[in-house]
This record gives sequence, structure tokens and C-alpha cells, in this order.
Amino acid sequence: MTGYLLSAFIYLCAACIAVPVAKRLGLGSVLGYLVAGVVIGPVLGLVGSETTEIQHFAEFGVVMMLFLVGLELEPRMLWTMRTRLLGLGGLQVAITASVFAAASLLLGLDWRMAIAVGLLLSLSSTAIVLQTFNEKGLGATPGGRSAFSVLLFQDIAVIPMLALIPLLAIPGQAGGGDHGGGHGELSLVAHLSGWAYALVVIAAVAVVIGVGHFLSRPLFRFVAETGLREAFTATALALVIGIAVLMSLVGLSPALGTFLAGVVLATSEFRHELETDIEPFKGLLLGLFFITVGAGIQFPVLQDNLVTVLGLTAGVMLVKGVILFGLALLFNTRRGDGWLFSLSLAQAGEFGFVLLSYSQQNHVLEGELVSILALVVALSMFLTPLLFILYDALVLPRYEDNSGQREADSIDSRGPVIIAGSGRFGQVVNRLLRANGIGTVVLDRNPAQVENLRQVKTPSYFGDATRPDLLHSAGVEEASLFVVAIDDRDQAVGLVQHLKQAHPQLPVLVRAFDRGHHYALEDAGADFVVYETYHSALELGVEALRTLGYHPFRAEKLRVAFDEQERVGRAKLYEAWREKSEGDKYGTSHTELYIQLNEAMGELMQTDRDDRHSRSERGWTPPPKGYADDLKDDPQPG
Amino acid sequence: MPVARFSCACVYLLNNFTRFGLVTLDMPSENRILLLFAHPSLERSEVNADLLAVSRGVEGVTVVDLYAEYPSFRIDIDREQQRLREHDVVVFMFPLYWYSTPAILKEWQDLVLEHGFAYGHEGTELRGKWFLCAFTAGGSESAYREQGYNHYSVRELLRPLEQTATLCGMHYLPPFGLFGARTALDEGRVEGHLQGWCRLLKQLQGGQLEPQRAQEFEQLQHYLTEAGLDQAGAAR
Repeated sequence: MTGYLLSAFIYLCAACIAVPVAKRLGLGSVLGYLVAGVVIGPVLGLVGSETTEIQHFAEFGVVMMLFLVGLELEPRMLWTMRTRLLGLGGLQVAITASVFAAASLLLGLDWRMAIAVGLLLSLSSTAIVLQTFNEKGLGATPGGRSAFSVLLFQDIAVIPMLALIPLLAIPGQAGGGDHGGGHGELSLVAHLSGWAYALVVIAAVAVVIGVGHFLSRPLFRFVAETGLREAFTATALALVIGIAVLMSLVGLSPALGTFLAGVVLATSEFRHELETDIEPFKGLLLGLFFITVGAGIQFPVLQDNLVTVLGLTAGVMLVKGVILFGLALLFNTRRGDGWLFSLSLAQAGEFGFVLLSYSQQNHVLEGELVSILALVVALSMFLTPLLFILYDALVLPRYEDNSGQREADSIDSRGPVIIAGSGRFGQVVNRLLRANGIGTVVLDRNPAQVENLRQVKTPSYFGDATRPDLLHSAGVEEASLFVVAIDDRDQAVGLVQHLKQAHPQLPVLVRAFDRGHHYALEDAGADFVVYETYHSALELGVEALRTLGYHPFRAEKLRVAFDEQERVGRAKLYEAWREKSEGDKYGTSHTELYIQLNEAMGELMQTDRDDRHSRSERGWTPPPKGYADDLKDDPQPG
Repeated sequence: MPVARFSCACVYLLNNFTRFGLVTLDMPSENRILLLFAHPSLERSEVNADLLAVSRGVEGVTVVDLYAEYPSFRIDIDREQQRLREHDVVVFMFPLYWYSTPAILKEWQDLVLEHGFAYGHEGTELRGKWFLCAFTAGGSESAYREQGYNHYSVRELLRPLEQTATLCGMHYLPPFGLFGARTALDEGRVEGHLQGWCRLLKQLQGGQLEPQRAQEFEQLQHYLTEAGLDQAGAAR
């Protein structure tokens, strides 16, 4: 037990030192993990043989990653990017894989090994590239969008690749398998005949889709209604792990299964909550995976093959870059965007490691070749930040005059409005916006409410809007506006504080419950605060005046006068409230001021009744009697 | 909006003419212009939106989009009166609605031009200021005359404004406008109008117009032509 904890501690320590340093240096978290692995493994020798075992466990992070990729893939979104996705992505993977496979054949590898090498080198690093795009704000540029399409295609293409690799196993070598292979594992299908096996596979896939589509929603709703966050997390994990186990039992790729489940759940109201719950596990496991990769790097191998490794790395990146550049030209991604596209995707990626270790388990690739390829993949990832620096320093200045065009584009791609809380208040806001064709993302933590909204075709998601990670998956970074209409007062204040701190540019409009809440929200930095009952109460007040026989327009003018005075008073009371010490926010002096202001309001209304030249009647007041005495007619001609 | 951008470039050049070129130091400071803009459906506008944009680009002009500032007609009288005090030229800019201004400009007059401020024994705040209407009209120029289907010239139709200005002691300038505004964009007449408008703003700032002489014309454009102020080089 202590031993496990000790190595967990070493891994976590390495990560929490290396990752922030790498991010600070602009290198991205993946490189941080890799370096951490190198340090605790080959350099300091703190971890040893157990890394391989941990690596197998950590590969589950990839399974989770594909679940999340699936969750992001709404069928509609896929459809709009079909040309780039299939054309650009498909061609990139096909051409790159073929070129590297051919090169491997020329270098004398067996054809099965050549295919494996081609496939694993054709992939790029989703983790590094998307992370960097986010940091540099390049995701919305044409080059960035094209790169994203290719990465997405690669992420999907990994699934058939994982399925293909066991078929490439070289029979002679498979016999000596010792660990990790398919033989020692549980299997339901080991002794089934071909057609029975096919039936079982189809049934398993049907179970995944069926469970995802029909069973998961009532289950999630049932769990969500308990209001216990960890219960929901447990359910989400159980779903992912359960599907992975089922897939393994029938001999399919767990990644494929969870990806399918993700796609099925992409339109579910629980999507953002699921993303939020699985994300940290995925992040930790992938991080662990990268550490083990770094720890597994064999320095003796690097020393012995220094020239080979460096030459191969340069060759791989050059070939990938050239192919990408050609594709960019073919798909009209030109100038600076073409360069961005080519430079950003020229490395090999984390899925390369996955394929590599998977190939090793399945005895497709072995021995020194694996070590050398691992070094090549890792080195190319190490070099990627340099390529981004190259892009910033050399490419961008040449096409600087283009930037005006780009800004004009970004106005069109206005982000959605996020509405937290979809009760009687948030709902009206949402309806007005949607009626005007404005995209909204509605978050509510009451599953029944979300269900009702969905029945009337309002896209809404279950989730606690006060969690930063949920806000992230709801797209707060791209949002153009945030509306806070949640029921819990303190949480509303906390949410506003968080939003204004983390996203100072994002306008935040908030519903307040009462005076004190209003002040607290204003204090927290809300851009606009409105009392939930003030305007409707005023409406009823005006109706009362009308019923008492006031002329409707006079009643309206009195409303305006009241409202203006109320605003002035509110500002004064707020100032007084701010000056108070924490404990005495509503102390005696505040009450006094409130009474004063109320009297002032009464006086205003009173003078309005007595004196015709009062504030609420200004402008429609007839001039005083005899005012025309001052005015002279023109002198008569003649 | 390339049209607006080009005109802004003109304005920029004109600005620099005044700044570096022909202005002598002992000249009194420029007239301050208050432009009150009223268009109740700006999103459909083809001419006024550009006029608004180029006017905003002219240094020294205070542009107030009334419908934006008072969407529910709750006009802040004190603020508007203060604005009037701080400017020398008052411009109403609007599309002609039923031979008059859009409603908010009437509301603005009813509320802001108070007795004791704009007129009456102590109401002298507007005296000596200049007043101008910049309108757009759907009908052609030939419709706005005795024989045309509108029977009156725009100057005649805007008589209430003229008399209001006169009662407040302001110098009234004949209206400056664009006719056939619904087809102006298709016929390529907007650009010229925008340039003419920017030029006029600079001339108003420089005090180059003579209100007495301008008074005699139905439209300000006629006066500008007559006075030789309608050429690009005329703005000083």
C-alpha cells in the first residue's frame, strides 16, 4: 500500500512541478508531462519497472478522451464540416500513412510493420495543437479550423487503427507473448464460431447504443435528482468503464465503444455535466500516460542512435509538413493560414504513443524499433512549440496586412448567450433571445426543469452553473453574454464574482431578489442588475392609479418620475451600503437614509400634485399665462 | 461599408487641411456642432446610417442618436438643455416621416425647449445659435413643389421648425437634403451626398456660411452652389 502511495506521490509531484513550468514557458502541458517523466525515470531513477504496468492503466485516459470526443460531435456539426473533415483529414491520413509505410518498406521492414509505422506517424498531437490554438486564439482562423478538422478525423481514425493493429500481428512472434496480450484476459467470445461471434459483436454495439439512448437518461435523471454531485460522477464513470469492459469482453476496442456512447449522448441534456465529470479523470490519466512515456524513454538507445533519431525526426516532420502544405493549397487554405496549418500539424502525436505501445503488446513492432520510434514521436512533439514560435516570428509578420480581414470575420462568429437558471425568469429571457435567432445555452440544475424545456424544443443542459469547469464545457470562453438567473442568492453572487474575475470582458446581466442582493451583485461586478419584482410591481402600481381615475398618460408620467427618483435613491443607498463596515451593512444609518429617501419620494409626488411646474410634468407644461406679452409682432410695412 | 470608409478618409483629409493648412491663429475657435439624429429603424436605413457614421467621424461634432439614447422616449431634459448650451450649431438629421420629423424629435422639442430656457422673458439660451435640418426624402425633388404631388417644398413643410427656431432667436438655415432616397443607393448617389455633407459640416464649423443670404433659398444646396461652396476645395 505504502509503495503504491509513494509512486503515486512521485508521479503527482513530478507533474505538479513540470507542468506549470512548461506552461509558463509556453510549451504546453503535454511537454511538461513528458519532461516530468524523463526526470523521474531515466534521469533520477525514482521509478522503474512498474511504469509499463501503469502505462496500460493510464491508456484508459485515451478511452475517456474518445468518449469526450464523441460527446463533442453533434451530428449537425459533423455535417457542416464534412468536406474538410473527410477530404482534408482523410487525404492527410491516407497520404502520410502511405508515404511513411513505403519509406519503411524501402528501409527493409516487414510490410505489416511498415503499415503500423505509417499509421502511427500519420497522426498529429491533438492535445498539443488544440491547447496551443486555445492559448494563442488561433482556433477560429481558417488555418486553425482546417487543422481542427484534420485532428478530429485523426481522432476518429484511431479507432479503426486500433482495431487493425492486432490483425497485423506477426504470427511467429505472437507465440512468445508474455504479458498484456489478448490471451490471458477475460473473454466471452474466445470459443465462439465466426457467425456467433458476429452476432455477439452486433448485439454488444446495439447494447451500447440502446443503453446510451434510452436507459441513460432516466438513470441520469434519477441520480441527478438526488443532488449529490459525486453520485453523478460515479454514474458517469460507471457508464464509461462499463462500456469499455463490455467491448473488451467481446474483443472490440473499448475506445470505439465509448466513442459511440459519446456520440449517442451528444444531444443529451446531461452532455455538459458528463464532460465536466469525466474531463479531470481523462486529464489525469492522459497526464499519467505521458509521464510513463517520458519515463520509458531509453537514454542508452538515444545515445547509441543519436544521428538516426535526429535524422528520422527531421525527416518525419519535413515530410508531414510538405504533405500538409500541398493539401492546404489543394483546399484553398492559403497564405498565412496555409503555413499555420502545415506547421501546427507536422509533429507526431500522443495517439502515436498509444498505437506504438498497442503494437508492441500485439507483437507487431518490437525491440529497438519501438524505442527509436518512441523517441522520434516524443522529439517531434518537443519541437512543435518551436514551430509555433517560428510561425509567430516569420510567417505572421509577412501576412500582417491580412489581419483587418480576419477581424471583420470574427464579428459574424458571435458566440452564444449562456443563461444560467431557466426558471420563470431565465425562461422569458431565453424565449426573447431565441425568438430573435440568437443562439443560447441554457443551464439548470433541476433535471425536471430541463426535461420540461426540452419537451418544448428549448436546448438546455443539466448542470450546476456555478462550477467553472461546467462553464468551460458550456463554452464560456466563446460566449458573447452571460445571464445569471439562478435561484440561490449567494451562489449568484459567487458566480458573478467568478465570471468577472475569469472573463473580465464578458458582459454579465443578473437578476436580483431584493435590495441587499442587488448591492451585493453590483459589488461583485455585474454589468446590469434588475430586481425580479420591481418592474411588475410598478406596472401594477400604475394600474392602481388608473383604476383610481388617473388619466392613463398622467399615471405613466408618475411612473417615470417615481422610477427616476428610485434610481437616484438606489445609487445613494448603494454608496452608503458600500461605506459601511461588513458587520453593519444594514445598520441604523442605512435605515435612516432609507426613510429619508422615502420621504423625498413622497415630497416629490406631493409637489407634483400641488404645483403644475413639477418634475414629472416638465416639458408638457403650458407656458405661464401672459407669456405672449413679451413677443412683438413684426412692424407693419409702410 | 466602403462608402462610409471612403468618406471618412475625405473627412480626415479635410480635418488636416484645417489643422495644418489654412487656419490662422487669431481666428475664433470653431463652431461646435450638436447633431441630433433620429431614425426609428436604423437597421433598414440605406442613407441615414452612413450619414450617421460619417458624421461621427468628424472631429468636433457631437452626435446624439436620440432613439438609441431614449428608446422609451424618456428624454433627460437637463442633459439635453446642457448639450444645447455647449454648442453653437444645432442640426436635426432625420428621414422625412409624413412631411415632418420622426416622433422623437417632436417629443424632444416639447420637452427640451422649455419656457424660460428656449423662449420667454428669461429664455435666451438659444439666441444666436444656428439651426439646420438635414433630411432624406423618398419622393423626387420634382414632387416637392406646387405642381408636384406633394404640393409644397420641404422648406415649406418644415415651417413649424423654422418658426420654432426663429422664436428662440436662432439663425435658420434652409434644409439640406437628399431626394429619391429609396433609390439613391442603386443609382450611386449616396457617396456624393455623404461627401457634400462632410464638407458642409466643416463649413459650419469654420463659419463660412452667411445665414442672411442662405435664407433666400429653398434648399441649402442651392445657396452652396450659388456661393461657390459646393466644390471639394471650398472647405477651408
